Amino acid sequence: MIERVGSVLRARGLAKEYGTGAALVQAVKGVDIDVAAGETVAVMGPSGCGKSTLLHLLGGLERPSAGELHMGDTRLDGLGEHALARLRRTSIGFVFQAFHLVEELTAAENIELPALLAGRSPRAARARAQELLEQVSLLDRARHLPSALSGGQRQRVAIARALSNEPQVVLADEPTGNLDSAATLEVLRLLEELRAFGQTFVIVTHDERVAATADRLVSMRDGDFVEEMRLSHGSAGRLGELAGFEG
Amino acid sequence: MGRVFLVARLAAANVRRHPVEAALVVLAITAATATLALGLALRGVTDDPYQRTRAATRGPDVVAGLFNLPKPPETGGSGPGPGHETISSTDNLPSKQRMADFDAMAHAAGVVAHSGPYPVAWATLGRGTKTAGVAVEGRDQIPAALDQPLVTRGQWISRRDDAVVEAGYAESLGIHVGDQISLNGKHFLVVGLAVTAAVPDYPSVQTAIGASPFPDPGLIWVNRAASRNLASPTLPLSYLLNLKLRRPLPHPLEGVQGVELGGGRVWHVGCPCSMVSADQILHEDAKPIVVEQRALTIGSWLLGLLAVASVAVLVGGRMAEQERRVGLLKAVGATPALVAAVILVEHLALALGAAAAGLLIGWLAAPLLTAPGAGLLGSAGAPSITLFSVLLILAVALAVATLATLVPTLRAVRLSTVRALADAARTPRRSSRVINLSARLPIPFLLGLRLAARRPRRTILAAFNIAVTVTTVVAVITVHSHQELMTIAGFSAIDNPRTDRINHSLVLVSVVLLVLAAINALFITWSTAIDARQPLTIARALGATPRQITLSLSTAQIIPALPGAIIGIPAGIALVTTLSHGDVVTVPAVWLVAVFLGTLLAVAALSSIPASLSAQKPVAEILQAEMV
Repeated sequence: MIERVGSVLRARGLAKEYGTGAALVQAVKGVDIDVAAGETVAVMGPSGCGKSTLLHLLGGLERPSAGELHMGDTRLDGLGEHALARLRRTSIGFVFQAFHLVEELTAAENIELPALLAGRSPRAARARAQELLEQVSLLDRARHLPSALSGGQRQRVAIARALSNEPQVVLADEPTGNLDSAATLEVLRLLEELRAFGQTFVIVTHDERVAATADRLVSMRDGDFVEEMRLSHGSAGRLGELAGFEG
Repeated sequence: MGRVFLVARLAAANVRRHPVEAALVVLAITAATATLALGLALRGVTDDPYQRTRAATRGPDVVAGLFNLPKPPETGGSGPGPGHETISSTDNLPSKQRMADFDAMAHAAGVVAHSGPYPVAWATLGRGTKTAGVAVEGRDQIPAALDQPLVTRGQWISRRDDAVVEAGYAESLGIHVGDQISLNGKHFLVVGLAVTAAVPDYPSVQTAIGASPFPDPGLIWVNRAASRNLASPTLPLSYLLNLKLRRPLPHPLEGVQGVELGGGRVWHVGCPCSMVSADQILHEDAKPIVVEQRALTIGSWLLGLLAVASVAVLVGGRMAEQERRVGLLKAVGATPALVAAVILVEHLALALGAAAAGLLIGWLAAPLLTAPGAGLLGSAGAPSITLFSVLLILAVALAVATLATLVPTLRAVRLSTVRALADAARTPRRSSRVINLSARLPIPFLLGLRLAARRPRRTILAAFNIAVTVTTVVAVITVHSHQELMTIAGFSAIDNPRTDRINHSLVLVSVVLLVLAAINALFITWSTAIDARQPLTIARALGATPRQITLSLSTAQIIPALPGAIIGIPAGIALVTTLSHGDVVTVPAVWLVAVFLGTLLAVAALSSIPASLSAQKPVAEILQAEMV
């Protein structure tokens, strides 16, 4: 376990159980994790190992059955729904495998949504959306509906939306799971650029090539961490080669 | 044959898979058909009791009246009531010649029997603190050859201070045999209650005895001398003459100019006199039931409209979930026609069941509403179900089901198989203007306005639901307000069977309608919550609180409720105005404001139930489900 000063996320004995008695399922079995500012942590494991549940716990989308969870100085595991929602609004960004863009909103409007929910003015929200669209190289697709975008473009919009309120951490659940190789590369390059700006990521994936781009890799099996290693390859420039898509 | 069997089997399977929705479809259509059946069952229910009363009292064919107009009151007071005969104001008192002519009519050619003329005085009846206007007919102790009122309680008059009260009026005023009453301050003892077929039942007495200085007067029989003593220069005597004719007069009597008196003399109808036929009296006696029937019929149309909204919401909501099933059917070879047939057959079968249930309920409940009133003998008995009623009710039920399922059926027919199998959500409607406008609003309004805009048809149905409901509520309040104003003005301090009947019918219709509207509001919100599960869950993942989601779902229902209530208020007043034949109807503004605010509050409260249930579902669970 690597301890860092100034952790963005810190979990101790984090557990999640479903059901009771014979039907009890221990999805996450008391794991410890620290995510430092600017760090990218990849959580890897086979389907059903509990990695998505872990991500939901870290983002306050699910309540832990046991354990402690801290974001900076704020303890999350005791917070109510309202406080967790506010925290998601300001400090956490989500990227989902299925993109989860609002179908009737354009790319720009989807990116504006978190800012509007956070109480920003429509003008400020629009300006931030334009800035992010430029950053993800989709300025020319600002007025396109999700149905008119490719998979890679949709995921880039979803990443831009996750960054709308400048969160402390972006939690990505299989961000390339629904993408072909070219689109996967497109998304990984974007993540790499964002990392370069100091954005913190926790990425859940079952794809080794994606995991290889992280600073640190945590392997999960049956709800528990079975291995943790520090990687030295997750840097810009060698991404394509490391991820196995190029060269 | 095989296709018919397959369609029936698939339709039956759909019903079994969604028993609650099927029950609600049946409930909505049954509410409309039962009310319509009740309205139809009231047709002609007073015919038998009137004929029975006419036979028992030796009712006349025609009642002739000679009216002495009251002099205009010197101080303030109410004038003649509405609805009486128009009489020349220059002829206040009958000349001796006209009186003689009136008497002579009893012996005119074609008249085979008569009774009267009887004097009729107008008096103020006092009983305890209550006062009311009455026509006091002077009668003999000896039974008359024509129109001898049949005593139903007590006995006929024998002394000068005896009074017999018309039974319908006595019931409304709560008068019993043995009670003391005063007529123009003079004391009388009520010795009996009686019914007659010569004068319409209370409150339509003045139809036969015109020139009434009181609205809705009652009828009391006293000794002839006592009646004459009650007359005054301002309220002089009128006279009634009951005639039995060889040949019945045409109905209506508009074409009758007069009665040949013999010797070249003619009794002209239209001067301070009237002639009322038995048919007209029957018509007047049936009026309360006609009004009740009208209220129920209009109520059934309103309920029918609401049922269309109910079924459309239910079917539309289900179709959103059922698209995959449609895709499966098409994938295994079902043609679009077969898919349409399955949906239509399912709902038409439910509508047929609802029509049968409505007929049965209407037939069973009709006796509760068809009592002819105390002024006639006997009861109306069980209403008959005519072929016309059955066909009309079936047509209404099938029309409701067809109208409501048409759009979802067409959508299912057009749906591509691949898209249906993918269970892809229907693409919501996008409104850039609404999206831009809502960006400036607080979060519940931002999300609520966008939710309302993404499914315009459902939003219109929600507005329609509220408009029909508010129309009914305002109509009921307007009628009630009108009755209250009449009471405040002193027109009707006693129970009025006609208004009582209207009130019963209106309460019945409005209770059924409010229940149906509440169910609609719940289902529309639930359908909205299910349909908008994806964008609302995303909003929650991005930081919207469950409370904001609940409020936004409620806001999405309040937005259509606003125009619905705004349209419903004038529509309700217009409905009553139309039924009042253009009479000006007024409703206190504060009541209308209360209806408006109450509607919005009720919608907010009702929609908050499914909204909060929906907002409590774990975000992660929904997001995972959306991925599958």
